[in-house]
Amino acid sequence: MTSPKRVGRIEFGLFSPKEIRKMSVRKIIWADTYDDDGFPYPQGLMDLNLGVIDPGLRCKTCDQKAADCPGHFGHIELAKPVIHVGYTRLIRKLLRVTCRSCSRLLMTAEEVEKVVGPEDSELAGDIVSEKDIKKERVCPHCGEQQLKINFEKPTTFSEVFVEDGRKTEHKLTPADIRARLEKIPDDDLRVMGVNPDVARPEWTILTVLPVPPVTMRPSIILENGQRSEDDLTHKLVDIIRINQRFKENQDAGAPQLIIEDLWELLQYHVTTYLDNEVAGCPPARHRSGRPLKTLSQRLKGKEGRFRGSLSGKRVNFSARTVISPDPNLSIGEVGIPLAIANEMTLPIRVTQFNLEEMRQYVLNGPERPTTRSPCGANYAIRPDNRRMRLSDANLETVAEMIEPGWTVERQLKDADIVLFNRQPSLHRMSIMAHRVIVMDGKTFRLNPAVCPPYNADFDGDEMNLHIPQTEEARAEAEILVSVQANILSPRTGGPIIGGIHDHISGIFLLTHRIRHFSKEETLYLTQHLPLDHLPEPDKIDAAGNPFWTNKQVFSLILPEDLNMLFHASSCQNCETCRREMCENDAFVQIVDGNLITGTIDKKGIGAFDGQILHRIIRQHGMKQAAQFIDDVTKLSIRGIMLEGFSFGIDDEDLTRNEYGQIDEALKGAIGDVERRIKIFNEGQLEPMPGRTLEETLEMQIMQVLGKARDRTGEIAGRHLGMDNSAVVMAVSGARGSMLNLTQMAGCLGQQSVRGERIMRGYEDRTLPHFRRNERGAEAHGFIASSYKSGLSPTEFFFHAIGGREGLVDTAVRTSQSGYLQRRMINALQDLKVAYDGTVRTTGGRIIQFCYGEDGTDPGKSSYGAPVDVKGIVESVLKEEVK
Amino acid sequence: MDEEEVADLLATYHISLEQLPKVYHDDPAVRAIGGDVGNVIRITRDSRTAGRAEAYRLVMKRPKK
Repeated sequence: MTSPKRVGRIEFGLFSPKEIRKMSVRKIIWADTYDDDGFPYPQGLMDLNLGVIDPGLRCKTCDQKAADCPGHFGHIELAKPVIHVGYTRLIRKLLRVTCRSCSRLLMTAEEVEKVVGPEDSELAGDIVSEKDIKKERVCPHCGEQQLKINFEKPTTFSEVFVEDGRKTEHKLTPADIRARLEKIPDDDLRVMGVNPDVARPEWTILTVLPVPPVTMRPSIILENGQRSEDDLTHKLVDIIRINQRFKENQDAGAPQLIIEDLWELLQYHVTTYLDNEVAGCPPARHRSGRPLKTLSQRLKGKEGRFRGSLSGKRVNFSARTVISPDPNLSIGEVGIPLAIANEMTLPIRVTQFNLEEMRQYVLNGPERPTTRSPCGANYAIRPDNRRMRLSDANLETVAEMIEPGWTVERQLKDADIVLFNRQPSLHRMSIMAHRVIVMDGKTFRLNPAVCPPYNADFDGDEMNLHIPQTEEARAEAEILVSVQANILSPRTGGPIIGGIHDHISGIFLLTHRIRHFSKEETLYLTQHLPLDHLPEPDKIDAAGNPFWTNKQVFSLILPEDLNMLFHASSCQNCETCRREMCENDAFVQIVDGNLITGTIDKKGIGAFDGQILHRIIRQHGMKQAAQFIDDVTKLSIRGIMLEGFSFGIDDEDLTRNEYGQIDEALKGAIGDVERRIKIFNEGQLEPMPGRTLEETLEMQIMQVLGKARDRTGEIAGRHLGMDNSAVVMAVSGARGSMLNLTQMAGCLGQQSVRGERIMRGYEDRTLPHFRRNERGAEAHGFIASSYKSGLSPTEFFFHAIGGREGLVDTAVRTSQSGYLQRRMINALQDLKVAYDGTVRTTGGRIIQFCYGEDGTDPGKSSYGAPVDVKGIVESVLKEEVK
Repeated sequence: MDEEEVADLLATYHISLEQLPKVYHDDPAVRAIGGDVGNVIRITRDSRTAGRAEAYRLVMKRPKK
């Protein structure tokens, strides 16, 4: 391998016509590509000097075959100069700041010094801009009166004469402009920030057009044998045709009018050849009506060369498929379909120590019939880097041949380490390293507890898989990227992997209050846990049967030295906490690894605020925390299955009594609204400070109706107790809230658009079902029905209005935050924390003198604080510390 | 900061003057303490994470536009 070279300097400049001719290998004059025999025309756009794309032919310039010839530039001599669209702004600026007759900068030396700063001063370096020139002045060098330069998109420049009060425009041809630019002295250009050594301004007006090599614009042969040319070739054909016609007309001495027309046409073609999306210029189209993809379109935007081909390359050794859940996997594992495992390989170097193993892999061959069969190999690479595809025919011969120095590309097998990713990759937990479990089926399988970091669900999500190919990559993946290294989020310093949905409902049901389990039940609950023996039973009944409490069962998975005190999600935040005597069993007390009181729920093991999880990580490390997540999810699933957990339409049923109360409450509220409207109409309403009468009324109505909805929720909630699945989910924090329940059983409440009642629609009313200027509750989107009872037509319509606003909001938010993210990453991606704790750019410039000012890694912190003092003290004292 | 302090600062972080963060000469805070182009100023501020944090900035001329 050649030694890497360091880029010392990059110089940006313009091509001069001289340089274009120098690098050109052929002058192109014919618009035709291939002759009837399919052979390229000499001096045509597919000239053999420009490189070859057809196999079998040799390049006339470098004498190499199609695969090896890089291609060579040609050139077209333009009949008259044309403007390069990419430089119109520079041209405009230069025309405006220089004299129309002598082309000097329209400033005296003193004026220049004032702007640029004194010569040889270290603070010099400012650039003269258009704003430094006074308008409509006289040239200080030759005394010529200056005229206003008008620029019309895309490429038209003109001068404005003022004759007896009337303005007349005189068009400047590219040749005129070029002549002016040519005369600008080098020294004047330097002051304007143009380096004349590499970019003389007249080079922005093209007299010669480079023709890119054929390799950049290959023609493809369609199924019917017809050739289809690249968009660039099409455009070049247009340019040459017009150029040719232009020349003929010029030589024949055609009238000025025709010449001007042709000149403009040539300008149009060259403009669209460079950029087909210029403002004020109709895009050039293909015969089918599709706009052509010309030079600028190849580079620009998401699918362009930079973002699409360089930053976003496709990679080998990757797989993608749908994901589905498998709670029996550990959080650090991923289930891989056999078909994928058979296709994907990782290279293993053959040594004398693994020779026999490798030989066996080769003998097993490329087809692994079942997930249990030993893995095989797909390729063997000889020491001279020749790759041999393994097939049934050559297995044994290759197995005989391999010896140290060879490399075998082995198939994936259980416990291989792979990178697993779900887009959008918004944070570092979007890519984590898992261990492979080869499985049947066609989907990737993952433990639902790792869904939160990926933000994945199983409604059809797909995920990507990458196989690290080197030892270094595998080591890095295991140590830095593994799932267990990412349980703590560097964003909050808290756990991001933990129980979700049913895990939380399950552990809540299991640990709520005190229950006793028989031996059979206890063993059923604990059968997936790595336990040797059960603890002493809590009690033994008269018949001598042992019983264990639910809290004992949960304590089995806790480390023995765990001491904690906290309030569960189900805590009602009572005025005075009754602690151990809590009515809701929400005061969690863990002493020496035993759950004494309290219910375990979202606050205990949840994915974002699992306190037990957090403490185990800090006391025992990631490995045990991962084990705890595995245990707790398995235990909770057993817990939920012990009794079953379901939700149906009749779970929203209330008694006649409650329905009566809800009706009454709603009627009362609607009556209250009417009353307030009456007061308003009579002009008796007292406006609130800083509000108009209408606003005051609106606020009062919103308040009354909001209260009414909450009231229906209370009534419904009183009836629906802990035997209701939705209540269990809401209280434990697994999913949903009491508001959702209110809307199902009580009433939907006020629908709003931009935080106000619905006001839009027809003239003076929301819908034709209401009177004009009606202000009542129903007329502006109050929904008294529940999801269970069903909505009336007008209510349904209001609900759709409110719902649509939500949809639009999410759509707008995601696109905006995506763009913000992109710009932040572009700005911050190269910053790193140096060994001395400073945050620096790649150039060594300091951004922060100490990372985060305290030098703490948030991923290793306790919710941002370097040490969790309260937690440690409490854990030692085993009691709550204020 | 006097020159000796600046030299110390640059030595602790192994950097050149150019690698320090910058502040414009016409920044209101710089004007208030009478900082001049080329000076290095020490900023001590209350920090949410560290209680008290120090930062250093090189005063430079504001470029046009």
